[in-house]
Amino acid sequence: MSLAKPDATDISNKQKIALGIGVIGLFIMAIALLNTNFPNKGLFLSLALGLITAGTVWYSREAYLTKLEGIKNNGVWFKSISSRGVWGWIVGVILTVFYIVLYFYPQYLGLGKDGAPNTGLIALFDPLSNLLSGRNASQWFVYGTLYTIAILAFGYKFILKYRHNRYQQLRTISVMFFQLGFAFLIPEFMYVMNNDLPYYDLKSVWPLNYYIFDEWSVKGFLSNGNIGLALIIFGILSIFVITPILTYKYGKRWYCSWVCGCGGLAETAGDSFRQLSSKKLYAWRIERWLIHAVLVFSVVMTTAMVYTYLGYDSNDFWLTRGVFISLVIGFLTVIFTGVMIFKRRELGKDAKYGAIGFFVVIALLLVMHFTGTTEQLFYVKSGSLRSVYGIYIGSIFSGVIGTGFYPILGSRAWCRFGCPMAAILGFQQRLFSKFRITTNGGQCISCGNCSTYCEMGIDVRAYAQKGENIVRSSCVGCGICSAVCPRGVLKLENDSMNGRINPTEILLGNDVDLMDLVNQK
Amino acid sequence: MEHVVIIGNGISGVTLARHVRKLSDKKITIISAETDYFFSRTALMYIYMGHMKFEHTQPYENWFWKKNRINLVKAYVKRIDTDSKQLILDSHEPITYDKLVIATGSKPNKFGWPGQDLEGVMGMYHKQDLENLETHAPNNNVCKRAVIVGGGLIGIELAEMLVSRSIPVTFLVRESSFWNGVLPEGESAMINRHIESHHIDLRLSTNLKEIKADENGHVKSVIIEETGEELACDVVGLTAGVSPNVDFIKSSKIEIGRGVKVNRYLETNIPDVYAIGDCAEQHEAIGNRRPIEAVWYTGRMMGETLAQTLCGNRRMYNPGHWFNSAKFLDIEYQTYGWVFGVRGRPDYEQHFHWKHNDDTKCITIAYHKDTNKFLGINTFGIRMRHETFDRWLTEERDVDYVVNHLSEANFDPEFYKQHEKEILFAYTNQLQTA
Repeated sequence: MSLAKPDATDISNKQKIALGIGVIGLFIMAIALLNTNFPNKGLFLSLALGLITAGTVWYSREAYLTKLEGIKNNGVWFKSISSRGVWGWIVGVILTVFYIVLYFYPQYLGLGKDGAPNTGLIALFDPLSNLLSGRNASQWFVYGTLYTIAILAFGYKFILKYRHNRYQQLRTISVMFFQLGFAFLIPEFMYVMNNDLPYYDLKSVWPLNYYIFDEWSVKGFLSNGNIGLALIIFGILSIFVITPILTYKYGKRWYCSWVCGCGGLAETAGDSFRQLSSKKLYAWRIERWLIHAVLVFSVVMTTAMVYTYLGYDSNDFWLTRGVFISLVIGFLTVIFTGVMIFKRRELGKDAKYGAIGFFVVIALLLVMHFTGTTEQLFYVKSGSLRSVYGIYIGSIFSGVIGTGFYPILGSRAWCRFGCPMAAILGFQQRLFSKFRITTNGGQCISCGNCSTYCEMGIDVRAYAQKGENIVRSSCVGCGICSAVCPRGVLKLENDSMNGRINPTEILLGNDVDLMDLVNQK
Repeated sequence: MEHVVIIGNGISGVTLARHVRKLSDKKITIISAETDYFFSRTALMYIYMGHMKFEHTQPYENWFWKKNRINLVKAYVKRIDTDSKQLILDSHEPITYDKLVIATGSKPNKFGWPGQDLEGVMGMYHKQDLENLETHAPNNNVCKRAVIVGGGLIGIELAEMLVSRSIPVTFLVRESSFWNGVLPEGESAMINRHIESHHIDLRLSTNLKEIKADENGHVKSVIIEETGEELACDVVGLTAGVSPNVDFIKSSKIEIGRGVKVNRYLETNIPDVYAIGDCAEQHEAIGNRRPIEAVWYTGRMMGETLAQTLCGNRRMYNPGHWFNSAKFLDIEYQTYGWVFGVRGRPDYEQHFHWKHNDDTKCITIAYHKDTNKFLGINTFGIRMRHETFDRWLTEERDVDYVVNHLSEANFDPEFYKQHEKEILFAYTNQLQTA
């Protein structure tokens, strides 16, 4: 390609000032990180968070309200930050380092060990934490606060960017609400009401919150009377009842792009990076193997974990190891047989891989049951499976790579390649859901905007130009493909299951006889 | 093994190649002088605007062609010898064909304006045009003003492109209102206002007289026919339509009119030579269509049809109901069936027009004034469902039915405000007052 990369259009002076204001906010935190002891922490924390928010809000207003409503992707591939340029890499490195420190070296953020008072950045957040729950901040509180601010401020930006599109606005208001309320405030208030309860973000569903069935978690719930019991029952209902019903009616988007916190961050702060996801065929091949491998891992890990602690106080409770493992195997078998009986044809070649996956899980569980002792599972210490999952999947994959690599891999790398929850919802969306993206007859001009701006790396155009509806397990229903389409070709819909998948050879608009002849299979 | 050679790697030629491959094992070769691989011409504008990179406009990854055994040759065809069934190329040895398909598309019109070949004067059709624009209008320091000549679909796209880089644009339109040869006046007037709201200097009923050069043979200014006004500019975009790209065929025995003359089977006067897409000219127009249809969709349909013929199932090119779409800056446009502007409108065609008071949405429904039969719809700023209108046109619904059932055809994203009630109200009112 002989086209040189043109200069990005300069931002306006007002935008530069707005950017400066935001950077001052970040700078205050940077100073705190270097262990500066601020005299009035409450004031400086408010100042830092306030400046970041104000800067983002003002910047967004200048960026979008000065222009007419419409698609605002001018210069996306010219800007360094959004096209894997120098700024993209710098931001990527900073984010990655932040996540590594957060997960593995919180002492550098100033976390006080063994009751020692916090210092540095975490101490800066103590006043807010005390205000909400009456305890000092932890690294997770700092992270939660920044995460929430990011979703709120960039959510505002996103709403302005799509101010002609109510689907985008409502969806964004929804993720902002769920982040602020469910992930941030409610758990703090729950702590105030009952400080023995484990942290529980009500909207977070297993296997995304893989820790909900940890021993300490389950014990924490069960030792807290009816509220605790209700919460854990809600957790189980979420997986087996609420999720399937909503996904059947609306597709996995009800969760992934309306409720989920990871999705919320990707759709707001990550929006500038959505075009960086790879649409290549090989990326899709990696995706299928990786995400399902994580799912298998999480199922086996969770089962093993519960199995472990059922081991040592079994006899006074009906749920023994034997019963539990039978329940799990029974449940998986019911699902597997159901799919094979009713959906065998839709799966095509993938049925083989599904069967392999199923038998691998069953085999692993049986091996575990017959070789396991109270101390060891799979001949290793019983807790180590859980900690390996926590470190490699929970921290490194979802956090360090998932978010740290936003400017390199796009905003949904975790959702696409790793999230086991997305895998389950996607499986259901592909086979048992009314959701699809409808293609508008023969109107596609193969321009590629839809594929380019798909954060999940779906080659939307490949379907649209064939006049075929998009029914893909990975689609999170963000609706951006539909928004950026210049010809009104794509529409997210919930409709009947019949004719949902409609491959065609000859598109609408050609000779009717020819279409009938060639398209009937 | 029969060798199918296709000249041109645009949507027509590539669709043909794909379908021939699905239906047969024939040897397929595509020759193009423009690019190595197929790309979406309609998306060129988005590269300049920074929405996409060139690679994003390629609908198939580069391995696709080899995997499907479609040979790609990058060369320019200098001469076609239909007697020996040979193509003479500029940078490649001659290629012999069994079946030849000409799918060379269009080239921008130039009407003999003085200065039309100067540096900085360009059309916006080929990838080379885009590269040319990038050279002459990388930003508003190098290009202080651009003048666009010709108010059609490519003209307004070029205007949008330049505006995306904050380059001031003067838009010379010969007609008294934008694209009113095609659009009814209410719609055309709304687009005029929309163009101006983007700070584009729209000059209606204005013609180009000549383009002046500076001492380096580069564009310096244009002179306007009507007023004699001289406008300083650094780029001139010539977007007064396109015509078939067939000059290289003139030396052959293949019959040429404005395009390559074909019958309804897309066959030329020479056996085993066919033409599809923008460059094909029907002996007689099909229905209300033009003999030369320079539209993405029709190119694709001709490719789909000819593939059947080449693979033993001889089919007429028999397109269904007319449809098309475009985008005017921020306003999307779709059309189904026939709605005529003032020019060429049949006597029996009557219109119902509704416009939203935000001035970015409107529809026009055409119907037969005696029978009330629904003839077609233009819709701006509201997406509508192709399938529904295609069915209604086949079922020959009347205009009452269409207006009353309009919500069934709505294709806007979920939660969008719906306007069908308002439209029905306007429709009922209009009938009462008429």
